[in-house]
Amino acid sequence: MRSGSRPPTDRFPGRLRERTAQWLFIAPAAAYLALFFGYPLVANLVMSFRRHTVTTFFTGDAPFVGLRNYASVLSSDLFPGTLLTTALFTVGSVLGQFAVGLALALFFRRRFPLGDVLRSLLLLPWLLPLVASGATWRWMLDPDSGVVNTALRGLHLSSSGVPWLTGTSQALVSVVLVNIWVGIPFNTAILYGGLRDIPTHLYEAAELDGAGPLASFRHITWPLLRPVVGVVLVLGAVYTLKVLDLVLVVTGGGPAGATETLATRSYELSFRQFDFGRGAAMSNLLVLLSLVFALAYLRAGRRARTF
Amino acid sequence: MIPPARSSVRRIAALLTGTLLLVPAATGCGAGSGSGGGDGEVTSITALDYYTDATEHAQWGEMLTECGRTVGVTVEHTSVPGASLIPKVLQQASSRTLPDLLMLDNPDVQQIARTGALAPLDEFGIDSGGFAQGILSAGSYQGSVYGLAPNVSTVALVYNKDMLDEAGVAVPRTWDELKAAAAALTRPGRYGMAVDANPTFEGTWQFLPFLWSNGGDERQLDTPQAAQALRLWVDLVNSGSMSKSVLNWTQADVHDQFVAGKTAMMINGPWRIPALNQEGNLHWGVAPVPVPQLGQAPVTPLGGEVWTVPRSPSKARQEKAARVLACLNGPANMLTAARQHFTVPSRTAVAARYAEEVPSMAAFAGSVEAARARTDELGVDWPKAATAIYTAVQSALTGERTPEEALRNAQRLATAD
Repeated sequence: MRSGSRPPTDRFPGRLRERTAQWLFIAPAAAYLALFFGYPLVANLVMSFRRHTVTTFFTGDAPFVGLRNYASVLSSDLFPGTLLTTALFTVGSVLGQFAVGLALALFFRRRFPLGDVLRSLLLLPWLLPLVASGATWRWMLDPDSGVVNTALRGLHLSSSGVPWLTGTSQALVSVVLVNIWVGIPFNTAILYGGLRDIPTHLYEAAELDGAGPLASFRHITWPLLRPVVGVVLVLGAVYTLKVLDLVLVVTGGGPAGATETLATRSYELSFRQFDFGRGAAMSNLLVLLSLVFALAYLRAGRRARTF
Repeated sequence: MIPPARSSVRRIAALLTGTLLLVPAATGCGAGSGSGGGDGEVTSITALDYYTDATEHAQWGEMLTECGRTVGVTVEHTSVPGASLIPKVLQQASSRTLPDLLMLDNPDVQQIARTGALAPLDEFGIDSGGFAQGILSAGSYQGSVYGLAPNVSTVALVYNKDMLDEAGVAVPRTWDELKAAAAALTRPGRYGMAVDANPTFEGTWQFLPFLWSNGGDERQLDTPQAAQALRLWVDLVNSGSMSKSVLNWTQADVHDQFVAGKTAMMINGPWRIPALNQEGNLHWGVAPVPVPQLGQAPVTPLGGEVWTVPRSPSKARQEKAARVLACLNGPANMLTAARQHFTVPSRTAVAARYAEEVPSMAAFAGSVEAARARTDELGVDWPKAATAIYTAVQSALTGERTPEEALRNAQRLATAD
């Protein structure tokens, strides 16, 4: 069939057309990434090497200062404390969210009346604007008239009430607790999905072998859930590192800077003191930290696929 | 810094929106369409302020329209929330779309003037004679006047008359009297005194009358005078006369506590008066902020918004804007604005007349005369000192540091590069 066979001269342009088509398919995504992720990232990097102040907005002058912004951010008296707070906030939030999320996911795996309804209601914290839920928490945690302390006093658990927002160590605990509350739906949803993927016959077999609930969790659920766990933890860490609005609403970084994280410090430098160069330097450190977790996420994702 | 009744939620929401606005500007991709300034007949100019409260917006809009009519222009009046004004101005500065007439909170004027975005008012032959020294200094940068405020304000002690009567306490005039009165007024579920000590410039603003009245100075924070002022606040909290929650309260929160009867006295400004007047069965009075020793005059920080004329390619538009600005700052209009917003006219002669006319404003009018602008001494470096001051207040009130240590640390912060 002559009409069906392709003349050899056509092969090269054909492949070219195919390649062009491939690139055209990639182009929108690539353009999107370059415009909305690449450009701001590069701009932020450039800004962090310049003295970028209020004046820059009018004159466009931003003298190059090399690594001076980074040096001053890193050598600041506040930096070690901020880093520690960020670490405690992240670790506390992620572990708390994960523990409660896993417990709830295991609970909802059992079938019971209204289980699905309750599970979807659990997503509520996720749907609320953070500023709104943060303000509500701030009001509830108010040391004098907040409902939490009133309840504690009523139950005779504490005579004077806990200084949730005014004690330097308690305030960090408070923002961690609120952030755990915010993160529970995400953890529950993902872990629940992971649990659903574990074939039920494994549990049936284990039961026949006489395994109790603890043993089947240890030998079936946990090993099979591990790839999902990795993903949840890493994503949780990235989400938590960058938390800004919640801290601003609940404590404003106070008292005495006790809840100041890298994100709030960077915000404060840029948008309160209008020192955009240093603010950018601080936020690049944050990006770098997130990147570490993102790489871990990619690795965890690969493991999950090969599993 | 002290726009009326803005809850922290709205403030933060506005801040976050402002931040979003600023991002394209900060990365330098402003659209730059320009304000279309041909030098032909100018029939309309634009004005930007942060008077978003419906009544306030309407009142200022009316005054702008009226002033516009006298110089033959219509005024397009826009208001943005207080926290997003500066981000908006920066964005407009980079895209060269600043309004013809711009309102700024007085401690921000020097920052913006330094960028070169504002035109000095003497270019337009505006006379700044007769204005109180404090507000003139706040509107000036390097010897030129860039902005004028029709009216100014400051803070004072607001007290609940019924609670003072019931406890048999006289209105405190000195720090010792304040401590005694606050203790006597404290009951279960009620505190004697409230201030805003939150970690923002607003917290700093409320601490300044205590710092300054005692001879403290923002250029040198680690002095005994400053420590005594901070000690007063610490004592009030430690003795239980003031809630530890002052660490989180905004001025609006302090006001809410007062209105709810949970505090007998508070430090606040006259912009609260309209809201206080709405509470029918609340009997309140105003007195000057207590001073260290009897007979001293309190030195309070000066609040108030100044109007400026940003530079634009069209000289004609700037001229018109300047004439509207002069009209807003005329004696009759400043008196009207002062009456509407319970502030004090910024020309001393007008203020004197006003104090006689509105006795409840006498405490504020008296304090305003001696009031100091926050940028008076440090100019564009004020934000750094302001940050150091609220940091010191926070670490002393939480008990992390003694007042002396906290202020030594603040001095380090304020002078660090």
